Amino acid sequence: MLNYRVQNPTDAPVSPTHLATDLTTDLTRDLAAGLRLPTNGLDYTILAIYFVVVLGIGFAARRSVKTTLDFFLSGRSLPAWITGLAFISANLAATEILGMAANSAQYGAYTVHWYWIGAIPAMVFLGLVMMPFYYGSKVRSVPEMLLLRFDRAAHLLSAILFAFAAILIAGVNLYALAIVVEALLGWPQWVAIVVAGAFVLAYITLGGLSSAIYNEVLQFFVILAALIPLSVLGLKKVGGWDGLVDKLTATHGRNFTTAWGGTGIGSANPLGANWLTIVVGLGFVLSFGYWTTNFAEVQRALSAKNLSAAQRTPLIAAYPKIFIVFLVMIPGLVAAALVPGIGRPGSDLQYNDAIPYLMSQLLPNGVLGIAVTGLLAAFMAGMAANVSSFNTVFTTDIWAKYVVRGREDGYYVRFGRLITAIGVCASIGTAFLASSFSNIMSYLQTLFSFFNVPMFVVFIVGMFWKRASAKSGFWGLLAGTVTAMVNYFVLYKKGIIGIPTDQGANFVSAIAGFVAGAVVMVIVSLFTAPKPEAELAGLVYGTRSPGMAEAPAAGDDAWYRRPALLGWGAVILAALCYVPFSF
Amino acid sequence: MTDDSGHSGFHYSEQDVQREVTELEGKSATAARIFDLRRIIGGLFVLYGIIVTITGITDSQAEIDKAQGININLWTGIGMLLLGVFFVVWLWLRPTPPPVPPVEGEKEAA
Repeated sequence: MLNYRVQNPTDAPVSPTHLATDLTTDLTRDLAAGLRLPTNGLDYTILAIYFVVVLGIGFAARRSVKTTLDFFLSGRSLPAWITGLAFISANLAATEILGMAANSAQYGAYTVHWYWIGAIPAMVFLGLVMMPFYYGSKVRSVPEMLLLRFDRAAHLLSAILFAFAAILIAGVNLYALAIVVEALLGWPQWVAIVVAGAFVLAYITLGGLSSAIYNEVLQFFVILAALIPLSVLGLKKVGGWDGLVDKLTATHGRNFTTAWGGTGIGSANPLGANWLTIVVGLGFVLSFGYWTTNFAEVQRALSAKNLSAAQRTPLIAAYPKIFIVFLVMIPGLVAAALVPGIGRPGSDLQYNDAIPYLMSQLLPNGVLGIAVTGLLAAFMAGMAANVSSFNTVFTTDIWAKYVVRGREDGYYVRFGRLITAIGVCASIGTAFLASSFSNIMSYLQTLFSFFNVPMFVVFIVGMFWKRASAKSGFWGLLAGTVTAMVNYFVLYKKGIIGIPTDQGANFVSAIAGFVAGAVVMVIVSLFTAPKPEAELAGLVYGTRSPGMAEAPAAGDDAWYRRPALLGWGAVILAALCYVPFSF
Repeated sequence: MTDDSGHSGFHYSEQDVQREVTELEGKSATAARIFDLRRIIGGLFVLYGIIVTITGITDSQAEIDKAQGININLWTGIGMLLLGVFFVVWLWLRPTPPPVPPVEGEKEAA
């Protein structure tokens, strides 16, 4: 039925997060039948209200856009609770929700790794260690940070790759939306693509990042209102948590409901990864690459009103992230318990169908409308996060620095609106492209997921080693990307090294890309001149930006707003969450 | 985004970014003009809460049976209503701070 995530039953989401590396389609299947939801006028009313509000936010935010800083970074003026919830929401796209539920139906409780070890430490690191550099240096984007620390080559390479990836991922999000909407509501694919694309276009062109962020916060609450009832009813149906564990132990074995069972080195498990590749590949390299250098995320924190709020953005996001795993894992596990053959040959249901299946089985009209609204909102927010980061990078990093330089600010606001429209049209194009070349698209996405990792290595080496030279950034980026790709597409896909699953291969590719990027950076640095010390202030660990001396805003010294406390609290909480799943 | 002609672009330093962004922050209108999101969340969730709660009150036994014997519309509706009320009350207790005149240096404290 719905088959936008997997190419074969052993595949799983590739990135630590939604990145949608996993959306592929088998159009030969009949999408229309089977999962159609019994929606009625009430559900459509709820959906229509949401669309009206989304547009209303766009129009209302329009009057706050005066400068490029307003359009691309909300004037660096939003409070931390808004940027924090937008931070989590930009990640909580529908591809993440459906994909992680699918992951749970397939691999069981291993899903928790994508949250507790594969997100929390990286989010805390971003808030506590990296944000002072990002926010304090006043850069407007992640590539701009590379421009300051390294040189134009590193800047341009990262900006162009990011812009491509953002459009591609936005398009895949749109396409995934179209096939889900077709299956659930029966709308033709092109209608869903054009309608969703038009709404995203309208509200971002009007209100810029402020309207993207406001809508993300709204989406966060709607998706919770959809997933909480679904999880509660799912648990009730299988006799509570104990009933769920008993059923799954009987059908899937004991390891299915544990986090670490069967992950010893050399022992086989369905994930195809052991504890070491989970901790290093997922927990360190992939996760830090995604959370700390992916501009679609970092942009939310850069729009905060001061350094304290910027630091708290990923930390506030970390707390919901710890618990959201239950809302996606429980439906996945319940689906696996109710339909033990889900996703296997001979079953009507794919792993991806876990949440839609439970929606159709359990939710009466009313809550069903909320759930459909939540899913559509999550798809649109996922696309909007990519579009709003794309227009920023394209305008500030490519257009204003290399193509048309030195014009007045108003010109770049107009250009930002224009490029938003072009970007949305391009993603509508990639969405249609995805429908005919789904495999190519999935490979391209895997490729871009590798790009985050070298980006992270370049950041981390540049930040902690002041000797890293200006030229080393570009070569480290290139070497890391190429190595990860060669490992994945040549060594793994051609069977030269034996790794049981795509997922395991991803972890290994990420580690290889990280090591290669670091080694090349060291070698290039040793043979090229270092950057003058004076130009590194505020960019290298142990130094401060000239403008960093700002006094804390009133109230920011309250104990519950202290970044260190919030950050370590999240890490400890995530570690504690592992306890019941470890024995 | 005004790039001073003194810089060729081959050398774009942190000072350039600081100066540009600080200048833009002075002209920025978001802090002064953006509406308070709490009003929207509060309004939408109160409305959704009322709609879904009423649906729950009028649900037939068939709907309740589908949802494992729980009147899920009622409970979800009440939950959404409470969330909406929370945001409205928060807004009422801590109203939107009045826009600060965009004087350089003062803005950070806003």
